[in-house]
Amino acid sequence: MYFLAAEGGESAHNPIIPLWQEIVVGSVAFAVLCFVLMKFVFPRMEQTFQARVDAIEGGIKRAEAAQAEANQLLEQYRAQLAEARTDAAKIRDDARADAEGIRQDILAKAREESDRVIQAGKDALAAERATIVRELRAEVGTIAVDLASKIVGESLADEARRKGTVDRFLSGLESTGAR
Amino acid sequence: MFGQANVLAAGQAGFPPSVDDFYLPSILPWGAENSYWFTKITAMVWIAVGVLIIFFLASYRNPQLVPTKKQWFAESIYGFVRNNIAVDMIGHAGVRFAPYFTTLFCFVLLTNAFAIIPLFQISPNSHIAFPAILAIISYVLFNYIGIKKHGFVKYFKNSLIPPAPWYILPLLIPIELFSTFIVRPFSLAVRLFANMFAGHMLLLVFTLGGFAMLSANAWLAPVSVLSWVMTIALTFLEFLVICLQAYVFTVLTASYVQGALAEEH
Repeated sequence: MYFLAAEGGESAHNPIIPLWQEIVVGSVAFAVLCFVLMKFVFPRMEQTFQARVDAIEGGIKRAEAAQAEANQLLEQYRAQLAEARTDAAKIRDDARADAEGIRQDILAKAREESDRVIQAGKDALAAERATIVRELRAEVGTIAVDLASKIVGESLADEARRKGTVDRFLSGLESTGAR
Repeated sequence: MFGQANVLAAGQAGFPPSVDDFYLPSILPWGAENSYWFTKITAMVWIAVGVLIIFFLASYRNPQLVPTKKQWFAESIYGFVRNNIAVDMIGHAGVRFAPYFTTLFCFVLLTNAFAIIPLFQISPNSHIAFPAILAIISYVLFNYIGIKKHGFVKYFKNSLIPPAPWYILPLLIPIELFSTFIVRPFSLAVRLFANMFAGHMLLLVFTLGGFAMLSANAWLAPVSVLSWVMTIALTFLEFLVICLQAYVFTVLTASYVQGALAEEH
């Protein structure tokens, strides 16, 4: 102001009339600014915005795809699990049935075996009895005849054997014993 | 630098401030009175251009999908103008104007902001040359866009002939011609210029007034303090005006482009 005061008097400037020098300077400066920003900065921002939109949308799409895949896998695993459970149940049932069959088989075999053993025992007993009876028969006959001979004093052995007396007697004894 | 700072340093007060306070002496050649090629005003314009170019190039040198803080800030400015001005006013077609609108908005905002930044403390936009350039660009832009879209005849028909009864047209057409093609660039330029001019003048009045009262009478010192407190309050008001005028200039330009693109009047 002190240096302007030196000028003094009426104002030399009209603020509504532009200075042509400033118009030139302003035009050039603003043109430079426009050129740089509109060529190198804002289009790149637009690109970045677009890339960002793409990235977000792509991310959402990828997430959706991953979700779908995960769901599908889950379904698959569930199906497999259910199948495995069914299989396991079937195997268990089969095993149980097998075990029952085997048990039945073993039981039947055991029964058969025991029957066989009993039968064999019975047969052996019967055979032994028959042998004993046969031996006894012969022996008792001889003893009886000998006894009778001694009592009667004569040999009746031949005659008795001839006539089958002893056998008949023993048969009678047997039949009474069996009754 | 000059002006206020010198006044403060020298403790002298040329009061009341005059229009001449807006015309600072030349830097190169130093101190010349009527040389305007390299003054504080033009230097500030170059500084604004340089700061904006450096800021945007630096923050957008290596853009990432996940932005850094600086990149995010630069993107926010562009995103604000793109979405809240260009797309809001013009619709989806406005995206292609967003780069220019953002450049315009940043330039006006920063040059306005010099009005309250210490050591700058005057806005280049308080010289009508710079608002005038921007207004002429807006004027040429919206007319060019309109003519390109509709063709010369249809564009002027759209712009000049409102849907009104024929007998009122002789009245309406001159009004439309006047308001659309003559007043628009002036109103754009003068609105910005006058706001910044008046803002600077107000701050000068209260700052210098404080000094004037103090040097006139020591008893007026409390009033001087009040005057400087008012300066601070007015600086906040000025901040509001700075942002608002940058926004208004951009929005009006967008609105004119929208009007030129519109199918019907």
